[in-house]
Amino acid sequence: MFQFILRRLIGLAPTLFGVTVLIFLLLQVVPGDPARMVAGPDATLEDIALIRAELGLDRPLWVQYVSWIGNLLRGDLGTSTRTYNPVSYEVGLRIPATLELTAISIVIAVIVGLAAGVIAAIRRNSWIDYSSMVVALLGICTPSFWLGLMLMLVFAVWLRWFPTSGRGSWEHLILPGITLGVGAAAIIARVTRSSMLEVLNQDYIRTAAAKGLSERATILGHAMKNALIPVVTIIGLQFGYLLAGAVITESVFAYPGMGRLLVESIGFRDFPVVQAILLIFALQFALINLAIDILYAYLDPRISYESRR
Amino acid sequence: MKAVADMAPALAVDRSRPRSLWSDAWARLLKNRAAVFGGVLVIVLILAALTAPLIAPFDPIKQDLRSSLQPPSSTHFFGTDVHGRDIFSRVLHGAAISLRIGALGTLIGATIGITLGLISGFYGGLTDTLIMRVMDVLLAFPGLLLAIAIVAAIGPGLENVIIAVGVFSTPEFARLVRGSILSAKQQEFMLAARIVGARDARLMTQHLLPNVLAPILVLATLRIATAILTAASLSFLGLGAQPPTPEWGAMLSDGREYLMLAPHVATFPGLAILATVLGFNLLGDGLRDALDPRLRV
Repeated sequence: MFQFILRRLIGLAPTLFGVTVLIFLLLQVVPGDPARMVAGPDATLEDIALIRAELGLDRPLWVQYVSWIGNLLRGDLGTSTRTYNPVSYEVGLRIPATLELTAISIVIAVIVGLAAGVIAAIRRNSWIDYSSMVVALLGICTPSFWLGLMLMLVFAVWLRWFPTSGRGSWEHLILPGITLGVGAAAIIARVTRSSMLEVLNQDYIRTAAAKGLSERATILGHAMKNALIPVVTIIGLQFGYLLAGAVITESVFAYPGMGRLLVESIGFRDFPVVQAILLIFALQFALINLAIDILYAYLDPRISYESRR
Repeated sequence: MKAVADMAPALAVDRSRPRSLWSDAWARLLKNRAAVFGGVLVIVLILAALTAPLIAPFDPIKQDLRSSLQPPSSTHFFGTDVHGRDIFSRVLHGAAISLRIGALGTLIGATIGITLGLISGFYGGLTDTLIMRVMDVLLAFPGLLLAIAIVAAIGPGLENVIIAVGVFSTPEFARLVRGSILSAKQQEFMLAARIVGARDARLMTQHLLPNVLAPILVLATLRIATAILTAASLSFLGLGAQPPTPEWGAMLSDGREYLMLAPHVATFPGLAILATVLGFNLLGDGLRDALDPRLRV
């Protein structure tokens, strides 16, 4: 098992290297000269040259990349060009908010998605199956920013049950949590349903029923456990997508997380912060995928982790 | 004997009509009610986009501040926005914008992705490893983030959103085509074509590509939905279409300011996006079921 994890970690390295190169290069093509921006409109050519040397922008690209990576590894994410605070400080302030939001969303998505999927599969072709699958389809197709605004309109503006925006109490988390979780819930429901249907067709389920086990015991004891294996993958994947979705949800609800900081920083052309957040999101996504792989190998004894590429 | 006699008419019917993958799939598609519904939504959208300049009752850009934020009425079916512009007309014009982004973005992604996938799957080895590694890097950014990163670099605006959506769609096509090519490559017709002396380019475009056309069509239909949703999200965040362009995501972003006063401003563009994405998704799912009956659950 340890070897398997180690091999996976090493396999991650080239992708992460590629990610850092891409993020580094992306912001090299940004129109406009950063030295000129720092220098201000009245600067002479000599001033700009001086600032360029000071920022290290006169060095070859690969030298800049290596020094950037070196700083990253030492935990130095650079300085925000908007607030002049260290990027790690700016981003660090926002990380807990985003983690809170994604955590509550994944909890909502897993509970709702699993329940709907299992019930739909057990009561196949009933009205409850059809209606939950229609709702799931709508959940996948609804733009989250629109859903967020509509929830805000109904539950915050009209009914006044929840605050419209911001962060502070648990009430602030409910509407953004639902908005962010709906898409994931819908996909989890669909996968759970089809996975359950497949398992319910297996011989061992018929055997369990034939030996007189109750429907409840058959489903909970035999079907669920096996049906959940593919669901675990999809939950992990959705968790990764929630991070990206947080960018939109946080903007709708003016929720002070990393996603909103990313959008704001793009607006202010605060590229050190943009780079850092993109990097953190990609790293989190990679680690989540790694965790799923490990969990998957653990859950499904048919997968041998000794000789897997 | 009787059984054979019973079967005869069925066989005769089968012979009378030429059968192919595509004609069979078409027949199956028409029987799928959800897919037909999706197809109708898509056709309505295309018609709206094409005829918007003719049927839109008002100018989508010109402001009329005296009729600001009016609720839906018989003159303004969807009401007006804060600048007094008719939202119904703007939604109609928005259809053309969203369709253009969806179609062009997917076309760019499909063209690059299919080319890379063909090369990767056909040659294998180092070329394959390199190309797929690059695709892995693109896929390392979850969901919308890659598109956001690209727009952050090249700047906001409609044209840049199309580029971002194109790059964002590329890896999916590359992976799909590569996977299909790997299995198609082993078939005997490839050996036959090679013996006859076909060159690599001919093998790829004339012999391998037709074999993966069906899954490409399915993916492209589904990706148009994703592309439209992605573009609308970017515009909502202020990174895509800029005012006064009647783009649905941008209109929603406008409507957010007046949610309390005039909820209709945000409602209708959202419904338009929902209907569009639903249409393409249903059509894409239907195409998949029709083209590959084995996949049906």
